[in-house]
Amino acid sequence: MAHEATMSPLAHADDHGHDHHHETPNVFGFWLYLMTDCILFGSIFAAFAVLRNQFAGGPSGKELFDLTNVGIETAILLFSSITYGFASLNALAKNKTMVLVWLAITFVLGLSFVGLEVSEFSHMIAEGNGPDRSAFLSAFFTLVGTHGLHVTCGLIWMAVLMVQMMGPQDLSQRMMDKLTCLSLFWHFLDIVWICVFSFVYLAGVM
Amino acid sequence: MAQAHTTHDGSHGSYQSYIIGFVLAVVLTVASFAAVMTHALAPGMALAALGVLAVVQIVVHLVFFLHLNTSNEQSWNLMCFIFAAASVVIIVGGTLFIMHDTAINMMSR
Repeated sequence: MAHEATMSPLAHADDHGHDHHHETPNVFGFWLYLMTDCILFGSIFAAFAVLRNQFAGGPSGKELFDLTNVGIETAILLFSSITYGFASLNALAKNKTMVLVWLAITFVLGLSFVGLEVSEFSHMIAEGNGPDRSAFLSAFFTLVGTHGLHVTCGLIWMAVLMVQMMGPQDLSQRMMDKLTCLSLFWHFLDIVWICVFSFVYLAGVM
Repeated sequence: MAQAHTTHDGSHGSYQSYIIGFVLAVVLTVASFAAVMTHALAPGMALAALGVLAVVQIVVHLVFFLHLNTSNEQSWNLMCFIFAAASVVIIVGGTLFIMHDTAINMMSR
């Protein structure tokens, strides 16, 4: 906020437990979008839950899912959450080089997650187990695909921010807001993934 | 600034809080995979365990990564989250209930 910039360090110390970066209405607006996204995912999860046993003679999750692959994907997303966290902390400390380094690491992790998911999907489709095989698989591809699409959008957004940050925007207040919004988005996707690996993959192989 | 970061936990977290959150998330994730992969629990129990572990891990992520808390600054965020979470529970729970009831009445199951 504007008045923050004019405050002396002493005033800061008195300002009980707040640092220089406050949330702006932009960040709150983005939070509201995330809550609507929550409801979108809730609806797709509800559809999946209803159709989870409608195999139409096709394969079940037990035959399709490779838990090692899911474990690797989970580990990658979890690592990318903490590396994005380190990027946020460096942004607060105004250490632009380290922000770029951590964002690059997060980007590579996110990209390998999407890569693993695309190869999983293409294997399934090549074996004739695409979304057209059964209601279960339609719901599966819709749910996991929507999450993957979100991660892909997050990656594009991350790349754009990295390029912008190297330009005149630097670590301005506006850039800090963008970084905070993407951080919320990225951590939110990790939360959605918790539900995906628990209720789609792990519950699917039981 | 460095001092400010160590003396309070602000709304942006610290290295310490991220690492605590990460370790908790890893433990909970491993527990979820173990509950299913070791076949130690009956399917019903394992599903219940998955549900509990998932909810706990979501809370861990919200607190340590999304920095959601009960402070004044976060009260609107928290209220919106509670509303969204309640909506999701009604959508998912309501859908499952109605579709199950329909399936029973139609004798399709």
